Amino acid sequence: MSNPVYDFNEIIPIDSIGVKERVSRLNSRSIKKESKVAGLKLALSMIDHTTLEGKDSKGKVEQLCSKAKMPYSPMPDLPSVAAVCVYPSMIAIAKNALRGSSVKVASVATSFPSGMSKLSIKLEETRYAVEEGADEIDMVISRGEFLKGNFSYVFDEIAAVKEACGEAHLKVILETGELETLENVRKASDLAMHAGADFIKTSTGKVTPAATQPVTLVMLEAIRDFHSKTGRMIGMKPAGGIRKAKEALQYLVLVKETLGADWLTADYFRFGASSLTNDILLQIVKQKSGVYQSLNYFSND
Amino acid sequence: MPNRVPVLKTYKTYVGGKFPRSESGRTYAIKNNKDKPVANACRCTRKDVRDAVLAAKSAFGGWQNRSAYNRGQILYRMGEMLEGRKTQFIEELTARGGKEKQALHEVEASIDRFIYYAGWTDKIAQVFGTINPVASPHFNFSSPEPTGIVGVISPEDHPLLSVVSLMAPVIAGGNTCVLLAPQFNPLPAVSLGEVLQSSDLPGGVVNILSGYHNEMTDHLTSHMDVNAILNASGDKSLRKLYDENGSISVKRVKHYVPENWLSESVEDPYLIQEFMEIKTTWHPVGM
Amino acid sequence: MSEKTGTNITKAANGSPKPSSPNSDLKNEFAAFLNYAPAPESSEHIEIKDRYQHFIDGDFTEPVKNRYFKSINPATEAVLSEFAEGTSEDVDAAVKAARKAYDKQWSVLSGKERGKYIFRIARMIQERSRELAITETMDGGKPIRESRDVDVPLAAAYFFYYAGWADKLKYAFPGKTPVPVGVCGQIIPWNFPLLMLSWKIAPALAAGNTVVLKPAETTPLTALKFAEICRDAGLPKGVVNIVTGAGQTGAALVDHPDVDKIAFTGSTEVGKIIQKSLAGTSKKYSLELGGKGPNIVYDDAPVDQAVEGVINAIFFNQGHVCCAGSRLLVQEGIAEKLIEKLKARMDSLIVGDPLDKNTDIGAINSKMQFEKIEKYIEIGKNEGAEFYQSSSELPSNGFFCKPTIFTGVSQSNRIVQEEIFGPVLTIQTFRTPQEAIEKANNTPYGLASGVWTDKGSKIFETGKSVRSGVMWSNTYNKFDPTSPFGGYKESGIGREGGLHGLYPYVNLGH
Repeated sequence: MSNPVYDFNEIIPIDSIGVKERVSRLNSRSIKKESKVAGLKLALSMIDHTTLEGKDSKGKVEQLCSKAKMPYSPMPDLPSVAAVCVYPSMIAIAKNALRGSSVKVASVATSFPSGMSKLSIKLEETRYAVEEGADEIDMVISRGEFLKGNFSYVFDEIAAVKEACGEAHLKVILETGELETLENVRKASDLAMHAGADFIKTSTGKVTPAATQPVTLVMLEAIRDFHSKTGRMIGMKPAGGIRKAKEALQYLVLVKETLGADWLTADYFRFGASSLTNDILLQIVKQKSGVYQSLNYFSND
Repeated sequence: MPNRVPVLKTYKTYVGGKFPRSESGRTYAIKNNKDKPVANACRCTRKDVRDAVLAAKSAFGGWQNRSAYNRGQILYRMGEMLEGRKTQFIEELTARGGKEKQALHEVEASIDRFIYYAGWTDKIAQVFGTINPVASPHFNFSSPEPTGIVGVISPEDHPLLSVVSLMAPVIAGGNTCVLLAPQFNPLPAVSLGEVLQSSDLPGGVVNILSGYHNEMTDHLTSHMDVNAILNASGDKSLRKLYDENGSISVKRVKHYVPENWLSESVEDPYLIQEFMEIKTTWHPVGM
Repeated sequence: MSEKTGTNITKAANGSPKPSSPNSDLKNEFAAFLNYAPAPESSEHIEIKDRYQHFIDGDFTEPVKNRYFKSINPATEAVLSEFAEGTSEDVDAAVKAARKAYDKQWSVLSGKERGKYIFRIARMIQERSRELAITETMDGGKPIRESRDVDVPLAAAYFFYYAGWADKLKYAFPGKTPVPVGVCGQIIPWNFPLLMLSWKIAPALAAGNTVVLKPAETTPLTALKFAEICRDAGLPKGVVNIVTGAGQTGAALVDHPDVDKIAFTGSTEVGKIIQKSLAGTSKKYSLELGGKGPNIVYDDAPVDQAVEGVINAIFFNQGHVCCAGSRLLVQEGIAEKLIEKLKARMDSLIVGDPLDKNTDIGAINSKMQFEKIEKYIEIGKNEGAEFYQSSSELPSNGFFCKPTIFTGVSQSNRIVQEEIFGPVLTIQTFRTPQEAIEKANNTPYGLASGVWTDKGSKIFETGKSVRSGVMWSNTYNKFDPTSPFGGYKESGIGREGGLHGLYPYVNLGH
């Protein structure tokens, strides 16, 4: 199926205060009782449990995978997380550790996090990651080119990486912290979707600010309009800076009230996070037992 | 030249920048203090009121959109033109038997009053406008805008000065008006039309009608296109009628009867402000 | 569903590879998240007495004729309490108390000291904010989220703002020495009971006046709790008096010869009656009346935010807002897209129990208002307009109305001309800005308007050309104590809020 045509000159005006007000209103939703528990479990099932550090090791990745499969052994019925996310050199270790489970392996590629390299190298890295067994590829866009207004460059790059992905699905990281304005975020989102992204993702987690709610709302609205135009469902992933279960629930409200129930699944929404897992577990156990929990009782890998 | 026959003046109205007679063709005699007729003035009807309001309405958009500077210049020119016609107005004021010294005083005060209001036009926004520090991320400012068409009812005393004192603040703010000249001595007010016209005042900004007040005020004060009333007539019983008529369309009604028209306290920017609406604008501040 | 052994790619509906995520089948398990569980604000610990009396001269006093009327919670139709019916004797007693307090205490007190009393009141409103918010919701039907996040905090803010003016009046009117008007009679509506009270009482007190206030007969509760606050703040007796009652009580107040000024917020119809009954008296008056706000959306507007703005403009507070943006004027180029998004957004509005924190739209204030809105919806249908109502479910009890829009309407339709005061929006399109402005101005009202565009000069040009007292640009329904609010034309006379809100409460001697 061919990609829908994108008008590079399209400008979508966005009022940032209006976006913030909408977010604020959605944040005042009160999620209680069974809605809260369901939401927490849903959020847990959407996590891409992540480690992307220079000092990552076999041991670290294996521990991460172990937690991903079974977040909390006293409650084995809790869903596992959606995926683990690692550097390409760690894919094989992760695949091995996750053998037999349903947790996916996502890998960054394309000279993550900066993307400052030539296309051929980025494509080669992508192909390498896919060969190693990655189910999902998280690429970064060339922000410098984007901010220069060189939109066709950015577009072509994404399309090329998508092709290199083969059967693996592609998340396109916009690095919204560097794009700064919501109008840029919208434009980058539209560009990425038209170029073939399966998911659009906010951040590498290496730049502040990482994911924010206004940015997320704008991206969700872009996805909504794209779906309205083409019938295609694209996923969304806010990454970095989401540490608390309460915030995660607020993000789910954003998704629910912008896109509806169809997007409320790990197929179309992921959280790029690491410490979020434990906070969600804390809240789940608190809801069940009625007692406030301590991190001492939850493994920290 | 001995035995020269003077050309008597025909007093018409000043409406839409022109000098039409009353549509009824009627006139009434203006008498002096010895009950001798000195001139005929138009006895305007409700239809004249209607036409005057129409003129005031069509002039409003343009007048409102003139820069404050421009309005100030025009008001200043009124002062200049009146200064140039001092003698004419002294004659008109004394024609009914007034003293020349007092007439001079009144004319000079009228000139000075034009000058006074000329200087206010471009300061109203600064004195009466505000920037409001709202608690949300919005830029918020309040600016005064003219309310629209003002019906002005003149008193009998100081027939030139009172008219100037009422009209100038009204138009300084950008309003247009329909002014009912003093009933028993409309002559100076009607002649003022000549001053206004020669001051480059756009037609319709000020419209001056003469006649019996009780044939005109009811229509003026109930006219749905009139936004405000400035009543200087001082008659308590009429006050109630004007207030009631005003309530039909929520007009702003101001009763103004100063003790002494000559006093400087009559020169008051709050008379301008009475006929201004405050418009408050909000806009988000964000990238 | 594939076995849980890694990748098993199936095709999504759009033909692109669909990652079969391990947990996609568990969506049903999380369905409970989708319907927000009830999140009621608890109304325990909120005291509502069985019966309330007038607050006159610093104490709660029995009405002279000893008659009471009931007030109900419009969301449940249950009786909340009983209120005193104010007769002309009660009004007289209140005015006497206000006069005495004015002469003996309030006008004698320095501005500084007056200000301190008003600051105290502001603080106490903040302290009792939860109680006041819940009471407001139960009494009037507005969602708890609005009472809690908007009404009560803003009410406190108005008192705080005006408290600071009390000893600074000499800076407010250059060239003039302001003096108080005296005794003010104030009549407020049911749509924002406590907030409207603060808009009236705060500037009046700051300027040195004393007041007799009559709250609306369907929502007197927060006014009476405010009376408790005045008492607890040690406000000198008689400075604030609250007399409850309906139209006749208000008329008695308007007609009372010893009242120096009347302030009224309500319908244009009643405003005109009041203006007429004050004819020939020397009483000052200020009026905040109705509106039929145009909300103009140009084709270069930020669309998603404009949709939010349109929704907020008409459905906030169930549309019981004089400044509501009840007429949408949308440029042809984006009309279809905007209306489609509007409908989708309407469907997500939660209409329900006002005490539930997730409710977006609460109950209609009274049976009478409910019937009036229904009547207008019928009129709209009969006039041939197409209408769309949100699919929100309505509670089975109480007075609730679905958000409604009408398209295919023209300027001459009654539903476009007349104020409905409910969650009903009319939608017209326009081709050129000039057309939009003409339509916007083609009304005897002139309270508030909205404009949505990305172009700055267009904002200013539209703002300049539309004759309304409030111009919300790329936003709507924003209020602040520093910001003057009021109407052009038949939407009223005078402003409330900001420096200009002091004018109705002072005499400047001209």
